[in-house]
Amino acid sequence: MSEGPARERRPFFFGSGRRARIRSREDPAPRLQEKKTEPRLSGWGRIGVAGREVRSEDLERITRDVPLCRGLGRSYGDSSLPPPSRPVVAGSRLADRILAFDPATGVLRAEAGLSLFDLNRVFLPRGFFDPVAPGTQFITLGGMVAADVHGKSHHRSGSFGAHVLELKMRVAGGRIVECSREVEPELFRATIGGMGLTGHVLEVECRLLRVPSPWIHAESERIEDIDRFMDALKQAGPRWPYTVGWIDCLSRGRRMGRGILHRGRWAEPGEAPAGHPRARPRPSVPFVLPGWVIDRWSVRAFNACFYHLHVPRVRRRIVRPESFFYPLDVVRHWNRLYGPRGFTQYQCVLPESAGRGAPRRFLELLTRRGGASMLCVIKDCGAEGEGLISFPRPGTSIALDLPIRDGTQGLVDALNELVIAEGGRVYLAKDALTRGEHYRAMEPRLQTFLAVRRKWDPEGRLRSAQSVRILGDPP
Amino acid sequence: MKVAFLGATKGMGRALARLLAERGDDLFLLGRDAADLEKSARDLEARAGKGRCGTAACDLEKPEGFASALDAAEAGLGGLDCVVVTAGLFVTQDRLEEDVELARRLLTADFANTVVFCEHARKRLLARGGGTLCVFSSVAGERGRKPVAIYGAAKAGLTRYLEALDHKFRGRGLRTVCVKPGFVKTSMTDGLPAPPFAGQPEPVARAVLRAIDRGQPVVYVPGIWRWIMLVIRSLPRFVMRKIEF
Repeated sequence: MSEGPARERRPFFFGSGRRARIRSREDPAPRLQEKKTEPRLSGWGRIGVAGREVRSEDLERITRDVPLCRGLGRSYGDSSLPPPSRPVVAGSRLADRILAFDPATGVLRAEAGLSLFDLNRVFLPRGFFDPVAPGTQFITLGGMVAADVHGKSHHRSGSFGAHVLELKMRVAGGRIVECSREVEPELFRATIGGMGLTGHVLEVECRLLRVPSPWIHAESERIEDIDRFMDALKQAGPRWPYTVGWIDCLSRGRRMGRGILHRGRWAEPGEAPAGHPRARPRPSVPFVLPGWVIDRWSVRAFNACFYHLHVPRVRRRIVRPESFFYPLDVVRHWNRLYGPRGFTQYQCVLPESAGRGAPRRFLELLTRRGGASMLCVIKDCGAEGEGLISFPRPGTSIALDLPIRDGTQGLVDALNELVIAEGGRVYLAKDALTRGEHYRAMEPRLQTFLAVRRKWDPEGRLRSAQSVRILGDPP
Repeated sequence: MKVAFLGATKGMGRALARLLAERGDDLFLLGRDAADLEKSARDLEARAGKGRCGTAACDLEKPEGFASALDAAEAGLGGLDCVVVTAGLFVTQDRLEEDVELARRLLTADFANTVVFCEHARKRLLARGGGTLCVFSSVAGERGRKPVAIYGAAKAGLTRYLEALDHKFRGRGLRTVCVKPGFVKTSMTDGLPAPPFAGQPEPVARAVLRAIDRGQPVVYVPGIWRWIMLVIRSLPRFVMRKIEF
């Protein structure tokens, strides 16, 4: 993907020297050519910026002089992308060693690049699983801390930060610092959900969840409209450790917010199959599809099929954890479905104080503006975590995938204005388009966070494309 | 299987060591940096979920330590069935041309000292009635190529040595596995533009493990590089002078 601009840096490239010479004779300074091959980085939404990622097993070495660290690049927008003036980020994915694990307590210490995929693969057979169950397992521990990820169990287990015990970090001055709830608690709380802006996470110590079997008892149910959906989520909360809903966000009127509610718990040894779930092959979307594939009509057809293919009664099954927790991981590179312009995910939480009608008002605005999303996920959130600017708070979270079109910025602005009016906020790990003034209006806790950040990084060395966009950092 | 492993902390070596540990083989790690070795040993223990993984210092640039490192491995494992060598230096041709001393160091480590290490390992394995010696050479040694003139020369020598070991000692139970990786995306090649058919360390490690189990004398990883190198080897000289590959 990233072919270097200069010929000398092409030791393995197949291009012939003759062709390159001819080209350079015709045009002594082939600017266009250089521009084309300039290395680019993008988040999962495939909206790229100029930038390069340096990778090494030795994360301590490569984090000495970079503005940002990046894991597997699964944040949708620009939170893992470098600011324009310092276009090199440190990639943590090769620093993935497990440093200690205590089966008696479930406490794990590992380098920041360990992926959740690897973690579950190693520890599920031994009866441990990650405590929060986010929507993909192709994320790193460092990224899970930086975004303070949450999942289907948020109403019970909170977000990932609640299960983190200690962090080893390289802070902006170059020092390596260990922080926890006891040591440097301010830095610890600012780093959880701090989007990597307080320091580079090098090692993470966290507590895993002990599970009775490696299988999930799953139930799913078709729900006819948004009000019933809210009731069903609320009722399922106390009885089920995992709940999440998919909604058809193009349905209107009486059927607005119809969808499918998923509930799950770990199967007891008696009801689970004897063996372990086996890994299945994951097909890939081989190339970027044209932009017209996902439009209003294809999404409408998909949503209607998805809804009606579910039987109208409750469906109960014992399933593999992967298919329950990470249904989207089944297809690799599914972000290529959204075409060359890429896509963004819009995720907000509407607080309990906004009342029961808030999700309905949100969907009304969305359908009025013609926002079409195949993936619209709804989830009730539990208590707010410790992270100074971390996303979840008690209320209802709604997430939508939006292909980038000419009107997408306007749609995001309109949704943000509603979210501000309802007293909610957006999730930075998904965000690509929120304006700085909107973010500041959503986040009354921002000043506390910025004060801690200034204390640990007075020169403003650590920043991302996202912090330039929404926090007004210098580019 | 009791495996002594030189170079398990990084790249393809790390991936291969994990596969060995996860399927229950006993490992003993050799390498330069003691603290780094310890971390890798803890990682492998956690992934294996059993046993202890010992370590000893061994630097390809210090051949005087080879014998004692292999002794420590043999003692720590209580035997020896397999020795894996993935360690080596890699520096781009440009830098090697600028710095002749660095070129000398690379040639010494990747060829002369690797051969000396293999000699120590081979003697120990033969004394125990045989075993497997798996060494990472490179496709860079297959043909004199502009971008890897010096590194490729060291690897070419290593490949020939391993070939001869196979010819000479296969009958006495020593199985030599010469691994020839093409471009694999590891920290070693980070920053270099990846060509088509670039591989990832995990699938490469699976292929190497299969080769170790079968005692395959030569294995190209990813497999497609066998055919790429077949083409490169058969190109006439005037073409090799023109292309930058």
